[in-house]
Amino acid sequence: MVFLTRRYRFSAAHRLHNEALSPEENARLYGKCNNPYGHGHNYTVEVTVRGPIDAATGMLIDLGLLDGIVEREVLERFDHTHLNLDVANFKGKVPTTENLCLEIFNLLRDKLDAIGQPARLDKVRLEETNSNFFEYTGYYPDPAERAASEKR
Amino acid sequence: MIYLTRRAEFSASHYYHNPQFSAEENRRVFGKCNNPHGHGHNYTVEVTVAGEVDETTGMVLDLKDLKTVLENEVLRIMDHRFLNEEVPVFATKIPTTENIAVEIWNLLAPKLPSGRLHRIRLYETQDLYVDYYGE
Repeated sequence: MVFLTRRYRFSAAHRLHNEALSPEENARLYGKCNNPYGHGHNYTVEVTVRGPIDAATGMLIDLGLLDGIVEREVLERFDHTHLNLDVANFKGKVPTTENLCLEIFNLLRDKLDAIGQPARLDKVRLEETNSNFFEYTGYYPDPAERAASEKR
Repeated sequence: MIYLTRRAEFSASHYYHNPQFSAEENRRVFGKCNNPHGHGHNYTVEVTVAGEVDETTGMVLDLKDLKTVLENEVLRIMDHRFLNEEVPVFATKIPTTENIAVEIWNLLAPKLPSGRLHRIRLYETQDLYVDYYGE
């Protein structure tokens, strides 16, 4: 089993705002991220897939296929958009980087499973800035199990 | 338990070709990586060793020893080489980043002076890397 990670970049605007909260609560909770005009980031997304090396090709996955899926599902959907206003995925959901990370994982997992190769989505790591990143792995629901596996 | 990682760089050329595929199939599967003259990368390898801290030395292993093993077992064999032609294991195995990572593991694991090899991370470019944990 090997793990392969590929890095992609996109830029988008967002505003952290929850309609269910009062303006004061939103301002207190989200601070300058609640600015009604929104603000933007250069996001870096790292997509990790895991699986066996194909004996005939020496590869885990055809990188062209992976690039195509990420291009269609993530970059075309999110790049140069306002996440709150332009993207259906965030109707009624605050586009925090946590939620964006989960959304990207869910978009990619199903498409990767559908190409009929043994590679499986392992992790999405989303950097909002150089100092801020979020990781989501679907296959270790229990953090203790994940920690135990990392101590192998 | 503590994890120590040492990074090293090497440059090498390779191409992707399976002799059991037809010429057309090789081009379709491997694209521009199938160019028989090869192409090159600056690889970065990160070797992570897991172990307990020795009470006398305060170290997991002597970094000089790790550096020497890395130089002798990996860099001497792969740096500034055409992997397909000059590294014996790749005469019968395609030198993809996946297979190179596994090979580096196989070269290093039995030679570590102390500690246990935990992970090989091999960057082919800044935007692409492979992790192998030995299984």
